Amino acid sequence: MSVVVRTIARIIVPMILAFGAYVIMHGHLTPGGGFQGGAVIASAIALLLVVFGSGRLAGHKNLLSLLEDLGAIAFVALAFLGIGCTFFRNVLAGSGGLFGMPVPPGPNPGFLNTGGTLPLMNWAVGLKVAAGLGSVVLLLGLFGGGDDR
Amino acid sequence: MTIGVHAPILAIAVPLLGAFALPVFAKVHRSLRDLWAIAVGAFTCAMVITVAVQTFTSGIQVYTLGAAAPTDTIASGGFPIRIMLVVDGMSAFMGLISALVGLASLVYAFHFLKEEQGKTLAMTLFFLLWAGMLGMEYTGDMFNFFVFLEVTSIAACSLVGYRTWESRPAEAAFKTMALYTVGGLLVLLAIGILYGEYGALNIAYLSSKITGSQLDKIALGLLLGGLLMKVGAVPAHMWAPDAYGEAPAQAAIMLVANTQASLYGLWRVLFTLFGGALSAPAVGWLVTSLGVLTLLVAVLMAVVQTDLGRLIAYGAVSQIGYMLLGVGVGLTVLPSRPDWGLVAMKGGIFHMVNDAATIGLLFLAAGVVKRAVGTRDLRALGGLGHDLKWTSGFFFLGALALAGIPPLNGFASKFLIYESSFRLSPILTAIAVLGSILLLAVFARAFQGAFLGPRLREAKPASPSMLVAMGVLAAVILAMGLVPGFFVEHMVTPAAEALWRGRDLYLAAVLGG
Amino acid sequence: MIGNFPFVVCMILIALGLWTLLTRRNLIKLTIGISLIESGVNLFLVTLGYVRGGVAPIYTYAPPGAKMVLPTPQALTLTSIVIGLATTALMLAFAVVIYRHRGTLDARKIRELRG
Repeated sequence: MSVVVRTIARIIVPMILAFGAYVIMHGHLTPGGGFQGGAVIASAIALLLVVFGSGRLAGHKNLLSLLEDLGAIAFVALAFLGIGCTFFRNVLAGSGGLFGMPVPPGPNPGFLNTGGTLPLMNWAVGLKVAAGLGSVVLLLGLFGGGDDR
Repeated sequence: MTIGVHAPILAIAVPLLGAFALPVFAKVHRSLRDLWAIAVGAFTCAMVITVAVQTFTSGIQVYTLGAAAPTDTIASGGFPIRIMLVVDGMSAFMGLISALVGLASLVYAFHFLKEEQGKTLAMTLFFLLWAGMLGMEYTGDMFNFFVFLEVTSIAACSLVGYRTWESRPAEAAFKTMALYTVGGLLVLLAIGILYGEYGALNIAYLSSKITGSQLDKIALGLLLGGLLMKVGAVPAHMWAPDAYGEAPAQAAIMLVANTQASLYGLWRVLFTLFGGALSAPAVGWLVTSLGVLTLLVAVLMAVVQTDLGRLIAYGAVSQIGYMLLGVGVGLTVLPSRPDWGLVAMKGGIFHMVNDAATIGLLFLAAGVVKRAVGTRDLRALGGLGHDLKWTSGFFFLGALALAGIPPLNGFASKFLIYESSFRLSPILTAIAVLGSILLLAVFARAFQGAFLGPRLREAKPASPSMLVAMGVLAAVILAMGLVPGFFVEHMVTPAAEALWRGRDLYLAAVLGG
Repeated sequence: MIGNFPFVVCMILIALGLWTLLTRRNLIKLTIGISLIESGVNLFLVTLGYVRGGVAPIYTYAPPGAKMVLPTPQALTLTSIVIGLATTALMLAFAVVIYRHRGTLDARKIRELRG
């Protein structure tokens, strides 16, 4: 791709990443969440793929699949946190600790420090989707040309 | 004590965690991955057995996710809104089948899969499929059922087509995926209709509300269509021989178990979800006639096959016909509930576990043949019995059991089906018996062609883990054939009763009182 | 009457998807057909949850006493979209593998498996 496209891509990719992170982070307060934010981040990977070609990114394939696994493991592990009561029990909500602020009643702009395990799960899902969708795009971009065993 | 309470969710969550953690462990070291796979497999089987024992001894198990206690099914507001698992006799029975097949598949895979041919990937997908199947069987929520259905679809099709260095698996996988997805979307549409009508997704709550209105009938039709597509009953059976035939042996038997999980979904929909609204025998006759059609068409197609894998695949499809026939007869007479209706249900349900064991054994034996000589073409095979003594014995046992020769398990369940379907219509029994005879002929020819005769070429013998896996299934076949009364009384009867009369208990366990 | 319009659109989308599946033989087009059915079903789910004059179901934002649209169908739709993504990606991957081996995407020319 031409130098114009490459320069614009270099400017715009950090913005896409920041927006994706914002969507994941506010998943428990506003529309959005892990999947949507992850998809936004994966679109940055797709942009890089179009601009720089699949060859430059091929080396990151293993890293992406490792991150995807870690995201999935984190999600199940967070669900296991509640096994003292029941699986998926939101043990952090309202506990006063991390993400444990009680939600004030009535209309309010929303507070980031609420939601218990939900924001953490959003991060896990976001990591999983960003890495998973990114590697899907990358592998389809490689046209199966690499060794995909 | 506490682990017993959490057993239903652990049986789903642990293989799921196992699937996700497996590639990470594989990156560290292979032996760590194998150790992890064995640990997860053993733990899952232990949990499934725990669930089954608890269910058979103390009744329906309920587990509400995210609640303060597992039995808090009703959220504040008097409405069951949380996702929950409900395990009754039928679910527990299906869980045991999945655990048996999963165990055999896992043990078999250890020596069957080669490192350079994606062993880690295949094992990951295996655990994902296992978790999805157990989820389908234990869930008490329609939407969750759909999600697990799709998890099994995706994992199963990946298992069929992950060998990208050959062209045929990808073709089979694409075909299967297209049909599975359309089937899944029909199910989702039906769930949407039911949600729009009653505003709930919980099976027990929906069941208590469904009245049999026009929309309910549309939803039932969509659910039947979608699930029959996934089951591989005759108008939509095109995917089954391709997928079974092209999948590696350890994946093919998981596909068989997955088909049965979808069949379980069909029973759950017909007997529990629509159990209160279904009064006309039309649906029962539909299922029965589809069953007869399936077994006849599949057996006739099996006659002309020359590939051992596809031949067994058509055998597997024909067995689905027997299950549809048995339970369909029970469904037809459900409003009046005569004794022989329950016998038919027992036959159909007993046949599910028999089919899992026998078809599983045959597929595993065919896998050994493929590995030993590199082909499964019956025209090129011959004399394998000289080198593969155990395998030919196992294949012979499986073929006899499949055809329903006494004293093996296939006879026990088919006899129950014959006996009761005769009361509904002798034509059904005649076709079913004809199917069995043809099946015997087909498998006798396959056995003779592949294993008997002069030795044509050197065959690579089966590895210990493969023999152990086949031995487990053979032991199950022999045990169920020699003492069928024990299995029928302690496992099949509770499962059949759960569908036959258990709807009120199911509703009471979730909705209370 | 106008309230039923979204349902008509859903049915048209589903019918178009089925039509594509039955008449087209290109593997990519088959995948598109399945995506069309999926969109129809997703639209159906979202439409189910709509309440006339309702606001977004975020209870810290909603003014007191406001009607909200149902959140559950939206969660269902989201899940269904995620599943649709996975199936579409998988089918495209299989199409890529088939193309790599056979050099064509025409379903009539790649039938090795029959009978």
